[in-house]
Amino acid sequence: MKYAFSFLAVLALVLIAWLGSMIPGMQYLFGVAIPYLAILIFLGGFIYRVVQWAKSPVPFSIPTTCGQGKSLDFIKQDKLDCPTKTSEVVARMFLEIFAFRSLFRNTKSELHEGPKITYESSRWLWLAALLFHYSFLVIIIRHMRLFLNPVPQWLHFLDFLDAGAMLQVGAPLLYASDLAILAGVLFLFGRRLVNRNVRYISLANDYFPLFLIFAIASTGILMRYFLRTDIDIVNIKELLVGLVTFHPVINFKIGSIFYIHVFLVSALLIYFPFSKLMHMGGVFMSPTRNMANDSRAKRHINPWNDPSIKPHSYAGYEDEFREFMVDAGIPVEKELPPKKDEE
Amino acid sequence: MALAKLEQLSKSVVQGPSLATGAVPTKDWMDTPVIFKEGNFAYPAKKEKVEYLDSQEGLSFPNARIWSPDEDDWKLPEDWQETILKGLKERLDKFRSLKIFMDCCVRCGACADKCHFFLGTGDPKNMPVLRAELLRSVYRNDFTLAGKLFGKMAGGREMTVGVLKEWFMYSYQCTECRRCSVFCPYGIDTAEVTMMIRELLHTVGIGINWILEPASNSNRTGNHMGLQPHTFKDNVDFLAEDVENLTGVKINHSFNRKGAEVLFITPSADVFAEPGLYTAMGYLALFEQIGLDYTWSTYASEGGNFGLFTNNELMKKLNAKMYAEAKRLGVKYIIGGECGHMWRVVHQYMDTMNGPADFLEVPRSPITGTVFDNARSTKMIHISEFTADLIRHGKIKLDPSRNKNVRATYHDSCNPARAMGLLDEPRYILDHVVPEWFEMPENTIREQTFCCGSGTGLNTDEIMELRMRAGLPRANAVKHVIDKHDVNMLSCVCAIDRATLSSLMGYWNPGCDVCGVSELVGNALVMDNEKRAMGYDAEGNESELPDGFRTMV
Repeated sequence: MKYAFSFLAVLALVLIAWLGSMIPGMQYLFGVAIPYLAILIFLGGFIYRVVQWAKSPVPFSIPTTCGQGKSLDFIKQDKLDCPTKTSEVVARMFLEIFAFRSLFRNTKSELHEGPKITYESSRWLWLAALLFHYSFLVIIIRHMRLFLNPVPQWLHFLDFLDAGAMLQVGAPLLYASDLAILAGVLFLFGRRLVNRNVRYISLANDYFPLFLIFAIASTGILMRYFLRTDIDIVNIKELLVGLVTFHPVINFKIGSIFYIHVFLVSALLIYFPFSKLMHMGGVFMSPTRNMANDSRAKRHINPWNDPSIKPHSYAGYEDEFREFMVDAGIPVEKELPPKKDEE
Repeated sequence: MALAKLEQLSKSVVQGPSLATGAVPTKDWMDTPVIFKEGNFAYPAKKEKVEYLDSQEGLSFPNARIWSPDEDDWKLPEDWQETILKGLKERLDKFRSLKIFMDCCVRCGACADKCHFFLGTGDPKNMPVLRAELLRSVYRNDFTLAGKLFGKMAGGREMTVGVLKEWFMYSYQCTECRRCSVFCPYGIDTAEVTMMIRELLHTVGIGINWILEPASNSNRTGNHMGLQPHTFKDNVDFLAEDVENLTGVKINHSFNRKGAEVLFITPSADVFAEPGLYTAMGYLALFEQIGLDYTWSTYASEGGNFGLFTNNELMKKLNAKMYAEAKRLGVKYIIGGECGHMWRVVHQYMDTMNGPADFLEVPRSPITGTVFDNARSTKMIHISEFTADLIRHGKIKLDPSRNKNVRATYHDSCNPARAMGLLDEPRYILDHVVPEWFEMPENTIREQTFCCGSGTGLNTDEIMELRMRAGLPRANAVKHVIDKHDVNMLSCVCAIDRATLSSLMGYWNPGCDVCGVSELVGNALVMDNEKRAMGYDAEGNESELPDGFRTMV
């Protein structure tokens, strides 16, 4: 049900853009106003969220240590998984962010008669996640050629590589990243349906971005290869360069598919800061990963540490137990009062 | 509730209808209320214990009362909902970890089958992600735009009594072991989430006795067992006598002695109950042999910190005794005994909460001269670090054949493994004190180690079945090395483990004992002027007692 709702929501977005963009005069809304608004909300929202996170202090040093810590000189430290120096933390974070290292550890547990529990390495999620994120990145970078005039040489080169141009004939060339992102999204969606644990925990918020990104990729592909009516790259580029130079003009009729694509991207940008997609920013700030395991060597400061919390005092303790302590021969700070002779 | 028979539970774990065995619940988790019945909850804290803690300076444990989770009315304060939401807001502002962990989860499910509670119970709400969602759903509803706009559609839900009850159920089916955080691509640590939920629950008077009673004992008597100074001393004296009876060497130990070089603090369970007693004998023998100038303290007679299982204020208050006592006695530094969560507090919290310990010196082994630079600020070192260094420098003579009856494996305790990085020191020691020992499978040791299933104050008898279920992954890995290598001893460096793994082995793997690494050190230790007590071996020849300290109690 949750995916049905998300699917319908994305379908509604498509319809809004399709019908809306056909109303005369509305092209400016879909081609200029909404994209501007989306970028504004994305940037503002993203920064707002990061600032909100940063406002809360990190009161304690809580790295998750995933290897041997630095101790005696004959015990080999695992510098990557239990870093003490900043450079080691940076290395750990780099692999976390760029290679999804923790996900690489993933195992699948199974219960068998006995009972017996087995664990085996399971890297499909890691692979699909890499495929998805990197193809997305390549596609975003590739799109820069629509916003930049002239197009820098390295972008041409990336385009060339992505299209595997040396292997293809005819035009337009098919991009590897297009296929990869579709495959990645389909895997992540399929996994949400098939893996019973994940299906049970999935929310509408988990399906929605998958559908949305799938729709964005599909409309992009449709526009490039199939629905070519009124899709003239020169006109589109004029609009997009106009957007980034703050002189947007729409001088030509552009096909609805373009407006749908742009509207969906705008929706993604607006949705981004208010959703789990903020993991993109959060991964940099996770205290269990970005802290050095040096809390015994270097004092970590907690800004709200309350100095008024004191231990139950030794004096109070001795007052309560002094007699027993003296009897047992345990040293005391204050001797017992001299006993009054009875009689 | 009587504990299920082994065969029954073995079947139930594998075949019982649960998410882990493939039976997907038909109802959404938000629509599945918790049901408390005898056996699935730890008993609530006694009224007088809560009152005592609440009366202590700097602490707040309100709403002391007599209540029970299996009754409908939890006797919550009138404004409980407001208190919880205000408490959540306050904690979001105090802990960046909480904010990030509330916002970043993508529900990829990588953590789901990493949790020993999920593997043992199959309860969907024991998947770390769902445990966090119990709190996250409320966070979304009240603190995020999406939740305010779309409510349930955006995964939000209102804070109700039902939700509160759910929090209680599942924050006490988590041992804050951090195994899930190893696998999470964003390092989301359920321990942080559980800690926050437990803190919030305490603000409206929901807590369990097995945590709050030991905590109040620790505050008042110095240790969680509630041993008063003379009793604590008596217990250690008995152990010292036992060591003397075995080795023929008189043990010179002291209590609350000013001017000692080292203050030694270990979990009080080590001087109170088997098999921890043998570990304590190991410490006594080792320190005697090397002539360490050290003292025990009856005031700071607890290494463990039950405050960690309640809220950060109580954790700080209990922990503060260590430095206070070190300062009063004028020692140079502190050595800490084998304990899991104690070392989480010492390693990750102590200096921040109660430092700087500028009245102490950087720990330096008086025997080897090694300076423990890794503890240069906190000035407290782990007994395994200290012992490994002694062995490395050849300063103690060890005869592993004295442990020849022991076929050991080694259990990494959650906290030393995942909140400290103490993995190889105990292994280095084991290499030198037993003839042979065996590792459990790689997905169950080191940073992937499985919890005993009863940590964070859950080793109470009324939830024994839950504990046996949660401990199954650990027990199962031990069984693997029992079958393969005839292992008969599960060694560890944790006092809670020594208690809980004993029950766990007794249930799943009878015949496998549990010991502290320092017990094996003490047994293998060749002491100057020793005169070992003799017995007879299987052939009837006179020989050293094969079970070492274990023969003595």
